[in-house]
Amino acid sequence: MTSHEHDHDHTKPPSELELRVKALESLLVERKIVEAAALDAIVDAYENKIGPRNGAAVVARAWVDPDYKVRLFADSTAAIAELGFSGLQGEDLAVVENTPAVHNMIVCTLCSCYPWPTLGLPPSWYKAAPYRSRVVIDPRGVLKELGLDVPADKEVRVWDSTAEVRYMVLPERPSGTDGWTEAQLMELITRDSMIGAGLTKSPVKAQ
Amino acid sequence: MNGIHDLGGMHGLGKILHTPDEPVFRSEWEGRVFAMLLSVNGVGHVNTDEFRHSMERMEPAQYLSVSYYEHWLHGLETLLYEKGIIAVADLDAKLAQIKGNDACQ
Repeated sequence: MTSHEHDHDHTKPPSELELRVKALESLLVERKIVEAAALDAIVDAYENKIGPRNGAAVVARAWVDPDYKVRLFADSTAAIAELGFSGLQGEDLAVVENTPAVHNMIVCTLCSCYPWPTLGLPPSWYKAAPYRSRVVIDPRGVLKELGLDVPADKEVRVWDSTAEVRYMVLPERPSGTDGWTEAQLMELITRDSMIGAGLTKSPVKAQ
Repeated sequence: MNGIHDLGGMHGLGKILHTPDEPVFRSEWEGRVFAMLLSVNGVGHVNTDEFRHSMERMEPAQYLSVSYYEHWLHGLETLLYEKGIIAVADLDAKLAQIKGNDACQ
């Protein structure tokens, strides 16, 4: 932080909160409890490297490689690590599969547990009270609010994540994608489709 | 343990403010709080369970009214004080110093 103390925008005064965080960081750096460069690296990793593209790679692989899919359900954490994704909040991952008969969705009612290695940090609404409180009593209503009308004859399963197990959804592969490469398929896989709060993109629109 | 954090099944908490896309951190300070917590967690000053507990002990009205990374800041500060890593007075002094500097710029 010391390097840019004088090149920030002075048109708006920093909020009390910003100043407090700045003070805390200065204090912890002075006491050698944290290093500013290490904090920069952490922020960069979660802003630019660890995000839903990772999860999309896992899903696309599972769609094209039946052996990989078997491994993914036998030991999700190990199969995801095969693609190079592991680490914090990914110590024990579980994948749940959407089918024509079942729609899965994930939540963390207690806080914000989420599969960081595959999806990155959760979006704000996932961490906020309305989604956390309501999805376990009225999942269909929540899905409708999010624009997804799940047919009455389709089962909806809600998976409440914990500090130990973090879930992600394997969405259904869209029809009309036979012969597509993993890279092409990845373009259809949205963050919300792996939360179960949305669907994959339409292959017609994507092309 | 029961507490305000145990939100599953509660009514009346409002509409879901869904965003198709959003920045990972909405302000720079959020990223700094996130990274500070991961750092002190990584070197063993604070473990994940006690961090969760520190946020779950927040006063309920405050828990529901402040933003996500304010929960983190509250939890981080609480644990640093309780473990004697820093004192409240240290942070107050640093904050006063920074405010003094800002006034001179």
